[in-house]
Amino acid sequence: MYDFAYHRPKSVADAIALLKGNEEARPMSGGMTLIPTLKQRLARPSDVVDLGGLKELAGVKVEGDTLVIGGMTKHGDVATSADVKKVIPALADLAGHIGDPQVRNRGTMGGSVANNDPAADYPAAVVALNATVITNTGKHTADAFFKGLFETALGDGEIITAISFPKAEKAAYMKFPNPASRYAMVGVFVAKTASGVRVAVTGAGPSVFRVKAMEEALSKNFSSDAIKDIKVPADGLNSDIHGSAEYRAHLVGVMARRAVDKASK
Amino acid sequence: MTISVAMTVNGKSVSGKVEARTLLVQFLREHLGMTGTHVGCDTSQCGACVVHVDGQSVKSCTMLAVQAEGAKVTTIEGLAPSADKLHPMQEAFRDNHALQCGFCTPGMVMSAIDMVKRHNYVLDEATVRRELEGNLCRCTGYHNIVKAILAAAPAMKSAGV
Repeated sequence: MYDFAYHRPKSVADAIALLKGNEEARPMSGGMTLIPTLKQRLARPSDVVDLGGLKELAGVKVEGDTLVIGGMTKHGDVATSADVKKVIPALADLAGHIGDPQVRNRGTMGGSVANNDPAADYPAAVVALNATVITNTGKHTADAFFKGLFETALGDGEIITAISFPKAEKAAYMKFPNPASRYAMVGVFVAKTASGVRVAVTGAGPSVFRVKAMEEALSKNFSSDAIKDIKVPADGLNSDIHGSAEYRAHLVGVMARRAVDKASK
Repeated sequence: MTISVAMTVNGKSVSGKVEARTLLVQFLREHLGMTGTHVGCDTSQCGACVVHVDGQSVKSCTMLAVQAEGAKVTTIEGLAPSADKLHPMQEAFRDNHALQCGFCTPGMVMSAIDMVKRHNYVLDEATVRRELEGNLCRCTGYHNIVKAILAAAPAMKSAGV
């Protein structure tokens, strides 16, 4: 790891002042991705701005039919939160299967969503639930937030302060974890909320994406039978030593059907 | 960048000067000379480096020393109540032959204690195996590790630890 200047701001304003206009600075939330990246010398920031001191960004609030989860809320806290379990149990379930217990004790929702790893779990939940990503400068809809491989709509000096999830009538997440890394080879989050049915896929492509054909079929008939004949094209999907694009395309169908069955229970 | 860092390790106040990039496990092993915490993979996978930070199990190879500023850290060296008495989890590992080469053991024990507490001293085999996802034993001695953890859970409860 190359050395860097370390900062631990006490407020969001102080953090932004350190990040804004400094292209060589990187924010760090739980560090579960950034620290391994630094160790491999895949990144060489001049400054690391540790958001760990921003206690106001951690925690879960229920506002009417909406869950507002602070950007610095750890996966383990989302998984065990009574409020999350009550309003969107599928989200607690997803968080409880990220990485391993030690990763869940450090990694944060905001960090994962801002990083937009193609195999991260949270982006599928954010898109399927049609959540709103709240930052220090404004709001992004889920569809507009995830731009591509490790790319998001976050601008210079912009960090995720919270994510707001509408209550789901039905929701479930199913993933096929890579047997070694446990990252999602394919993960499918299916949700029925006030804004309709959404099916979001992570792990399979360069970034999270929706399967509109499944959404339309499930809107008419929310059952796994309704999507059993829908094939997802393999074009553009990830292909590596763990699985071909065709295999991942097949897994999308399998995981989607399992998620619908789980959500229907 | 050199930074002063202070924390509590196994109940004692410690401090030192570290680089920003110094990992918590390097601080423990190289600055404090506490080599009970091991580095196995150094890529957040194997869990040999697990310690408790403010009561939660973390991989100390994936945390900067400066991030532990002001924290209460517990390592494998801080578990035994006295020189001739082991922590119930350590005792259970010994009774169940839950270590072969012993390299993964410090992390296994630290993860196991956190696991038992989070599950309020009630565990079943499937839960233990799932919870051990972040700890690898290259001797593949999982069977006895699982047995030890299941045996330690009630022992920890009766010992009040």
